[in-house]
Amino acid sequence: MSTEVAEAPIELKEPAEALLSKRRKRIVADPLNEDNPITVQVLGICSALAVTVQIKPTIIMSLAVVFVIVFSNLIVSLIRKWIPGRIRIIVQLAIIATLVTLVSEVLKAYSYDMYKILGAYVGLIITNCIVMGRLEAFAMANKPYDSVLDGLGSGFGYAWIILAVAFFRELFGSGSILNVKIYEPISNMLGVTLQTNGLMVDSIGAFMILGIIIWIQRTKNGYVEH
Amino acid sequence: MEALNIAIKSIFIDNMVFAYFLGMCSFLAVSKKVKTAVGLGAAVIFVLTITVPLNWVIQEKVLKEGAMAWMGAGFETVDLTFLQFIIFIAVIAAMVQLVEMVIEKFSPSLYGSLGIFLPLIAVNCAILGSSLFMVQRDYTIVEATAFGFGSGTGFFLAIIALAAIREKLKYSNVPNGLKGLGITMLITGLMGLAFKSFIGIAL
Repeated sequence: MSTEVAEAPIELKEPAEALLSKRRKRIVADPLNEDNPITVQVLGICSALAVTVQIKPTIIMSLAVVFVIVFSNLIVSLIRKWIPGRIRIIVQLAIIATLVTLVSEVLKAYSYDMYKILGAYVGLIITNCIVMGRLEAFAMANKPYDSVLDGLGSGFGYAWIILAVAFFRELFGSGSILNVKIYEPISNMLGVTLQTNGLMVDSIGAFMILGIIIWIQRTKNGYVEH
Repeated sequence: MEALNIAIKSIFIDNMVFAYFLGMCSFLAVSKKVKTAVGLGAAVIFVLTITVPLNWVIQEKVLKEGAMAWMGAGFETVDLTFLQFIIFIAVIAAMVQLVEMVIEKFSPSLYGSLGIFLPLIAVNCAILGSSLFMVQRDYTIVEATAFGFGSGTGFFLAIIALAAIREKLKYSNVPNGLKGLGITMLITGLMGLAFKSFIGIAL
């Protein structure tokens, strides 16, 4: 790591940097684990929990968020030099809101039942702090290509956590995975009835599972909050 | 009476934080001390009570299909619902800015305690979420106002309760990985469980 930091100033000429240099790989990889937006930076919790009752809507939600982060990062990074500092929040919100509107209209047109299930939470991607946070912290100060990579990293860092939460909530709450029944065949095989846990379908289960995921992940990372 | 029911329901049963996970970011970030939690909670009540009815008017008079009929002939079929997100967030951001300026001008002491939280509120999902729920549920303007106020109060109660618990938590011995966010999530879950007991109340 230290050699890489030392080398950075020498590599000032942009074309010299490989399309997937070490630094750029880190931009993508860091948010997946060590700098995860949900478990470490505590951003974007709202939607992380609201849509995770079933896996399928969660997948749609993750794709939507990845799309919005990547493209808002790209657009803001492209026009970063022309955004006046004082009104940048409004500019960023307008860009995000436009992209979210796009996602919502596409969903409405091609997958109406998903649109109904996700409901207001698609609109709430606008106020997902991860998106705003990446724009403020990264896209406003970096080149477009790097910003796209950063968006991908943060987006997928968010996605795998909410998919993990959804996996456990659907498994324990509904006894199925991706609507495929898991509990029923096992119950038939063993001759005992496996009960689904109602708390998992409820908001409480989401809080508990996320708390436990955070615990496991931080124990592995050695990250301690003071 | 219907409005009162909605207000009470949105405070306890359909609590923004515990039932819909809205406003979690600031709920987790600003709940370390009771004093700051009170400030943020009050600001949220204030902004919600203003923006929900305001967005209701915009939804009914501008965005909805046929809502622009008052503009005269030719506008009856205009449907601007696809602009909903962008208009709502613009209204919220503008309102927050306006409220901040008015408070700064007329009540410096209130500004001192609320001021720093106001910019934070523009991107609080509880605010936008309430406006979107208000549209989904077809409220009248009185109900919308009651809903805005109730949701804000629900958030206020939740964040103060959590802040009070976290203040005491400082003295307990929490495992390293669970410190901070982890234990807060578990506590929020338990608080949600407690709030669930309100469900039995018929209104």
